[in-house]
Amino acid sequence: MIERGLASLGRVVLDGLAGAGRVALYALTVVSHLLRPPFYGREFLHALMQIGWLSLPVVGMTALFTGAALALQIYAGGARFSAESVVPSITAIGMVRELGPVLGGLMVAARVASSIAAEIGTMKVTEQIDALVTLSTDPLKYLAAPRVLAATLSVPLLVGIGDVIGIMGGWMVGTGRLGFNSATYIKNTWEYLEFWDVGSGLVKGAAFGFIVALMGCFYGMNSGRGAQGVGAATKSAVVAASILILAANYTLTEVFFSA
Amino acid sequence: MIEIEGLRKSFGSKQVLRDVNLTVKRGESLVVIGGSGTGKSVLLKCILGLVPPDAGKIRLDGQPVTEATREDFLARFGMLFQGAALFDSLSVWQNVAFRLLRGPAKRPKAEARAIAIDKLKRVGLGPEVADLYPAELSGGMQKRVGLARAIAADPQVIFFDEPTTGLDPIMAGVINDLIRSIVSEMGATAITITHDMSSVRAIADSVAMLHEGVLRWQGSVQEMDDTPDPYVQQFIHGRAEGPITALR
Repeated sequence: MIERGLASLGRVVLDGLAGAGRVALYALTVVSHLLRPPFYGREFLHALMQIGWLSLPVVGMTALFTGAALALQIYAGGARFSAESVVPSITAIGMVRELGPVLGGLMVAARVASSIAAEIGTMKVTEQIDALVTLSTDPLKYLAAPRVLAATLSVPLLVGIGDVIGIMGGWMVGTGRLGFNSATYIKNTWEYLEFWDVGSGLVKGAAFGFIVALMGCFYGMNSGRGAQGVGAATKSAVVAASILILAANYTLTEVFFSA
Repeated sequence: MIEIEGLRKSFGSKQVLRDVNLTVKRGESLVVIGGSGTGKSVLLKCILGLVPPDAGKIRLDGQPVTEATREDFLARFGMLFQGAALFDSLSVWQNVAFRLLRGPAKRPKAEARAIAIDKLKRVGLGPEVADLYPAELSGGMQKRVGLARAIAADPQVIFFDEPTTGLDPIMAGVINDLIRSIVSEMGATAITITHDMSSVRAIADSVAMLHEGVLRWQGSVQEMDDTPDPYVQQFIHGRAEGPITALR
């Protein structure tokens, strides 16, 4: 009984390690394709539009409401210590260091990892990936590399814009509901915000963008057959991207800010 | 000339190809027949390198097709897929000119478009379909576009995977005639896999029957009709009774 349990546990661990190894090899191969010609500029620009520009509304709305809610929470919490005046600076720091990149990354994961996995998975089951190979085109280079590069470059931009919108959400609540003076709010926000607060969030954004596109491409290309296979690939891509984003966020926060 | 020697492929415990030996002469149109699940598609995929074989050698014009030489092989190659496998995000002409818009065979856009429209005309489609998307085409039109894409770069070797599956008999006849005339006129070496006997009679110079992972029989169309081989006879006449067992 115990042996059987240990064997099952061993199988799960080995499968997990094998999966991690496959993803790592896949990531290395995609990165190597980014460095070697041919480069598919049209596919890159298309991916930039799909991943970056079209994700802006959802990331912007997420940031706006998060910044607004954060200001309310900090005000309510700060009031217990008569520290209501920290609302502008803590809202800004919370947005740019943590909530902006993490929530932005998760929203992009939901929107983009699913879309990439479904698109590439459908291409796989309809033999379009095989067709690419027969047309002397490497699917990793043509499909994965442009998407991964586009996401790695565009998600930090999205995070940066989200930071501004999130801080604006806090300002709207701060000045409209909490009685802050507009100029003072902006001054406090600006004064206590350091370059690395913003920079670390943008670096996180790049890492999250890489993760999102990589997971979408990996699960899409390894999709099972039929609608069920594509559905499972899509679900796995979003789940894996979300978990990896949260894990990477913790790791990067340790690296950047541990004492 | 395509030579296949001792090709083997298993998926887990299931042996799909068991020592397949096959030769297709330059300019010959070979049709591989056999029931579903007999390894026809796997055979094509092994030749293309889409599925790595467990053992065996594949030679094109005497040169072994390996990972290193596969690019050269694919540059001389075209394929019509069972479901056409057109790229949804590209227009019809961009699908046809895919190879001409990127890679070593890259041409200026206007020239690539002109070639695509010419190839579409060759398969009986007018320039008005050039800017449509695959989703806007019927199944028969998609097959024609797939055929135009397969011949766009004037390949020396063409594979056809179940070219008439899912088509009505008239459209199937049209596609068969197109394949036959294009292969003859280009002088290309062709391998077609199908279980449609009308395709066999329209396309084939020679026929090979794959059964349970081995090449059961090979000969001309005339020899196919005359052979006493009970497997071939059961298959070409579509009889339920015979040595080939089917799940019922």
